[in-house]
Amino acid sequence: MAGLTDLTLAEGRAGLAAGDFSAEELTRAHLDALEQTRPLNAFVTETPERALDMARASDARRARGEAGLLEGLSIAVKDLFCTRGVQTTAGSRILGGFAPPYESTVTAQLWAEGAVMLGKTNMDEFAMGSSNITSHYGRVENPWHAARSNRALAPGGSSGGSAAAVAARAAPAATGTDTGGSIRQPAAFCGIVGMKPTYGRCSRWGIVAFASSLDQAGPITRTVRDSAILLRAMAGHDPKDSTSVPRDVPDYEAALTGDIRGLRIGIPAEYRMDGTPEAIVALWERGKDWLKAAGAEIVDLSLPHTKYALPAYYIVAPAEASSNLARYDGVRFGLREAGDSIGDSAGGGADLTEMYEATRGAGFGAEVRRRILIGTYVLSAGYYDAYYIKAQRVRSLIARDFREAFETVDAILTPTTPTAAFPLGEKMDDPIAMYLNDVFTVPASMAGLPAISVPAGLDGDGLPLGLHLIADAFEEETLFRVAGVLEEAAGFAARPERAG
Amino acid sequence: MALDTDTVRRIAHLARVRVPEAELEPLAAELSNILTWVEQLGEVDTETVPPMTSAVAVRLPMRDDDVTDGGAPDAVLSNAPDGAPGFFAVPKVVE
Repeated sequence: MAGLTDLTLAEGRAGLAAGDFSAEELTRAHLDALEQTRPLNAFVTETPERALDMARASDARRARGEAGLLEGLSIAVKDLFCTRGVQTTAGSRILGGFAPPYESTVTAQLWAEGAVMLGKTNMDEFAMGSSNITSHYGRVENPWHAARSNRALAPGGSSGGSAAAVAARAAPAATGTDTGGSIRQPAAFCGIVGMKPTYGRCSRWGIVAFASSLDQAGPITRTVRDSAILLRAMAGHDPKDSTSVPRDVPDYEAALTGDIRGLRIGIPAEYRMDGTPEAIVALWERGKDWLKAAGAEIVDLSLPHTKYALPAYYIVAPAEASSNLARYDGVRFGLREAGDSIGDSAGGGADLTEMYEATRGAGFGAEVRRRILIGTYVLSAGYYDAYYIKAQRVRSLIARDFREAFETVDAILTPTTPTAAFPLGEKMDDPIAMYLNDVFTVPASMAGLPAISVPAGLDGDGLPLGLHLIADAFEEETLFRVAGVLEEAAGFAARPERAG
Repeated sequence: MALDTDTVRRIAHLARVRVPEAELEPLAAELSNILTWVEQLGEVDTETVPPMTSAVAVRLPMRDDDVTDGGAPDAVLSNAPDGAPGFFAVPKVVE
């Protein structure tokens, strides 16, 4: 049915409630779009049969007068969330064929609220990357092209499949995870809304771990209202994650009052970086003007340790990753290589250590291997204090910068990314150039703060650019309120040419 | 910090990741670049700053030490790449 895939979550919710269409019809429309957009490679696993079963069950529930917050709405799930009985790869060869016998808390909450799963979206391997080229299951293409060009662009990463799917109208919304920008950067590259909640807001249970002190699940949608709708269903306390925070989940949608009069919006001087394209600087200026026109007060401020957030991140995140990824050993799940001596009573073949090394050597891609080795090095005897403890001290200073800023402002406005989407194939040989993609998103991650990217304009090549808002811990409602005003003022209506 | 190939070989072994000999040298160069780049943190005076230990200010919760799950050996073993019935199997470690 034409038009159904253009609906937002809020519009789909209204149409289902009014009986304009069924969950099954809505799901079928998205499954068709998913097929049409298959060349983007946004999905690792499509689950059409499960989706139709879930949709029919949803229609039956609605007929009985039972409807959850997401009743009958289609959702794509990043392939980092464990889904019972459905392959969960984390974009890695080492988890190929892994079918979790359990469901992540976040996705379980979505299904309990009536959502329908379309499939599992492609991503950078173990969420390590900003381009979605490190996936073992192939690169994802951005549904946007630059004007007068057919060159394939990176969708950003690591939640690149989720962002591409939502931008291409294959799904109205998707889950993502964000460790240093993995929701916000691809959302900016694909012209949609990506939101990272406060650390502890969503349970991490059942999400394949990358860097445990930074990882946080969040919504990827086309509107701020949809972001608020989806976060409400994803968030909440979970006794199975000791870092999940026992706080009630507000109705985030109710925060979208459109009224930001009297709010103070900070503009950090340190985010004016050399070499930032003029279109991004100009958009940032327009963002300030929009918020000012809506009655907010613009306040210049300083976050002096901003430039150290990225190097500190590239110690802390690999250190935690090297520890978390130790579990992929070829014994309990996933790939095993050189296990040929098992049952060999003659004692030939590989020993246990060789099996570990062969399995992990074959199972991890180049970027993951690089980060495991960096992490192992910075945690090794003699270097722990110089690298890891030093980075955690710098992290305290980054958090302190924000704490002091939020004594005087309600939110902070910055660009989301230092560039628009770049062509696939660029920045691939220089890890540090790739890491710089996250220069504006990593500081909030290091401080555990909520942040959102809102599509706010196009650059000279017709590619989308995002503006980024950061709020104090657990101030998601303030974040959504300001983001809603920004979205309204920007009036971003462009859509990618390769949409389903 | 410039890493030599011996150091890369050592940390690869510590991390239990096999790295082909031919890849050690380019990998040493890449890792050295990253380490040199992160060493700009040395510019920051952190003498009196405590390391961050928690992303949000919460006290770790305690719970009763009760069994809340279990009794599912088949589910636990369902993804094992090599499992003798009821066990995870590994290469022989004892002669």
